[in-house]
Amino acid sequence: MTAYLLRRLLSLSLSLVAASLVIFLVMEVVPGDPASFMMGINADPQAVAALRTQLGLDQPLPLRYLGWISGLLQGDFGISYTYRVPVSELIAERVVISLPLTLYALALSTLIAFPAGILAASRRNSASDLSVMGATQLGVAIPNFWFAMILVLVFAVNLRWFSAGGFPGWEAGFWPAMKALTLPAIALALPQASILARVMRSSLIDTLNEDFMRTARAKGLSRGQALRRHALRNALIPVLTIIGLQFSFLLAGGIIIENVFYLPGLGRLAFQAITQRDLIVVRSVVILLVFAVIVVTFLVDLAYAAADPRLRRRRT
Amino acid sequence: MTKNSITAAAVSVLALGLALGAPPAMAAKMDVTIGMQLEPPNLDPTGGAAAAIDEVVYANVFEGLTRFGSDGAILPALAESWEISEDGLSYTFKLREGVKFHDGTDFNAEDVKFSLDRARADESTNAQKALFADIASVELVDPATVKVTLSKPNGSFLFNMAWGDAVIVAPESAADNAANPVGTGPFTLTEWVKGDRVELGRYDGYWGTPVKLDKVTFKFISDPTAAFAAMMAGDLDAYPAFPAPENLVQFEADPRFEVITGSSEGETILAMNNKQAPLDNIKVREAIVHAIDRQAIIDGAMFGYGTPIGTHFAPHNPAYVDLTAQSAYDPEKSKALLAEAGVSDLSLSLKLPPPSYARRGGEIIAAQLREVGINVDITNVEWAQWLDDVFKAKNFDMTIVSHTEPMDIGIYARDDYYFQYGDADFKAIMADLANATDPARRTELMQAAQKKIADDYVNGYLFQLARAGVISAKLKGIWLNAPTQANDMTGVYWED
Repeated sequence: MTAYLLRRLLSLSLSLVAASLVIFLVMEVVPGDPASFMMGINADPQAVAALRTQLGLDQPLPLRYLGWISGLLQGDFGISYTYRVPVSELIAERVVISLPLTLYALALSTLIAFPAGILAASRRNSASDLSVMGATQLGVAIPNFWFAMILVLVFAVNLRWFSAGGFPGWEAGFWPAMKALTLPAIALALPQASILARVMRSSLIDTLNEDFMRTARAKGLSRGQALRRHALRNALIPVLTIIGLQFSFLLAGGIIIENVFYLPGLGRLAFQAITQRDLIVVRSVVILLVFAVIVVTFLVDLAYAAADPRLRRRRT
Repeated sequence: MTKNSITAAAVSVLALGLALGAPPAMAAKMDVTIGMQLEPPNLDPTGGAAAAIDEVVYANVFEGLTRFGSDGAILPALAESWEISEDGLSYTFKLREGVKFHDGTDFNAEDVKFSLDRARADESTNAQKALFADIASVELVDPATVKVTLSKPNGSFLFNMAWGDAVIVAPESAADNAANPVGTGPFTLTEWVKGDRVELGRYDGYWGTPVKLDKVTFKFISDPTAAFAAMMAGDLDAYPAFPAPENLVQFEADPRFEVITGSSEGETILAMNNKQAPLDNIKVREAIVHAIDRQAIIDGAMFGYGTPIGTHFAPHNPAYVDLTAQSAYDPEKSKALLAEAGVSDLSLSLKLPPPSYARRGGEIIAAQLREVGINVDITNVEWAQWLDDVFKAKNFDMTIVSHTEPMDIGIYARDDYYFQYGDADFKAIMADLANATDPARRTELMQAAQKKIADDYVNGYLFQLARAGVISAKLKGIWLNAPTQANDMTGVYWED
């Protein structure tokens, strides 16, 4: 187990180094100079040059890469070109929205998907199975931004139960903040719940067909008992994989939903930074997301071990 | 509590209310939330070109010696009055007294000298450094008087000092203005939730007419659909420069809202690379201009919002000359000119930045040019890429851009500017204009400049961008026109 963990940690660090190089080089290759973007089309060339010097953009490439990496290692993400505040501050402000939103959406998605998937699998080909399958088919097919707009039209514009978007901040209180995240979380959760429910269903059906399930039934367990005690745990591994992927997807990929609800999340920060060529912010956000994905993958690996004792005992 | 005692309590509460002079049915609203498309990258108008900076801080947080009124007139601001010497070389500004910066420090002549010297210094990162180019020296006469000496007469000096880039900052706070702006305006920054909103609160130590609002919130909603929903849901009180003109019709039909339209300083042009063959041939440029039906672009791309222009000048300016007839839509003439120039099978690139005037307008222009036999190759680019590829490297045939700086016809005198005109005669006109102080002579020169660039068919002049927006019907005092990029909230109030 320890050796396994160490190996995972090593590959984690290697992935991070590789990712940092790729991110840095890609952002250098993309055309666009941060200084001329900030100064606009009427600017004096001399003033643009002065700004480039001020931002350290005239230093050679390897020096800038090393500067960035050594800063990262000391927990210093640098200063944003455009906002002129520490990048870590910017990211911290955004994470307190993106992370709760991700967890909220993931919780909703799991709460919907588990019962739906189990119901569909345990009553295969019944009316409830067909309706779960139909509903999830629809859920996968509907683009989440479109669904988000419908939610806004119904609940914000017509019923006026919610704001059309925005985020009051956690200092406004827990409930107002959660309320502001509710429509976005629903919009994000629906397609994810549909995917998860379908995976849950097929994984359970596969397990239900296994020999050990027949044995469980043969020793006198009812269908429900066998499902709860033996099938669920075995069906969980593919489901955990999907949840892990969904977490990464939601954390990094919420940008469209963030735009529809004008939530100042991580995705929008990255998007805005790309258009403004705020390279230092782009790099830091992307490396952070890479880090998050790697950590989540690692946690999912640990969760496998928890769900499947055989993985725990294996001495590799 | 018996029923009687409840009644008694109710009566006494009522009586108390009456005794206190019965509060109004509903307290007047004292705050306003304004929608904006782009978030300012920082809040220092002296260190960046982003229009969104001025849209938040101009007149609200920072003030200059002079300022723009809503009609574009130059009004006194921190300078109470001024005297101009006979030769037009020295300006003596009498400053307002008793003005305090938001951090409590006094405003005086030192701050003016500091601000102007800082903007024109070698290491200055002021995006509009040219505004200060003619200043030779800034001298303190006494704490309330400053004398600015120019190296040559400049008839637009007072106009230049009204720009957001020329606001007065204090030496103690200037370096931190990007995140923590300290000005002399009637509002101070109270909170900035990055990516979401900037909140301004009333500054009680303001020298001028007190503002009527307690709080102004600028909320950044770039997606047009989200902006529409936010207005409809009542989350916003106004969106003065609404990003999607197609939605304005729906606001017009709703009695809660009022649609406002005014003019802006945005001359939208089909810029052509004047040094790139075959566009270096004036006949080819003239042919392109005659192939364009401006009204079709205004109707198709801007849903009718926009005023056709025939030169690079704002139609609301008194010195404007209507030259649209000279470049009227005439495809036959266009074909004839192409034949005359001996060009056939012409294929040109058209690079389009993100705004809808460019992307939608570009499609229409491409179709119109195809009608006269010019093949157009459209490439959509992001702004940063546009700046690199088109603006800096001049790697383009045509592009569409709205030039939103006020009175920016002077860019045609720049040699290295992206459309590469820099004609000697035009430069002479601009040099004369810089030296002229007599208003009649200035008008004459400005008109000569407009005609010159129309005669040379430097660019296709399409339309003046309208400033079309939506406001709550009860909100008063919002600028209709945009003589500069600003949301001046100093005169805004709610009607009871």
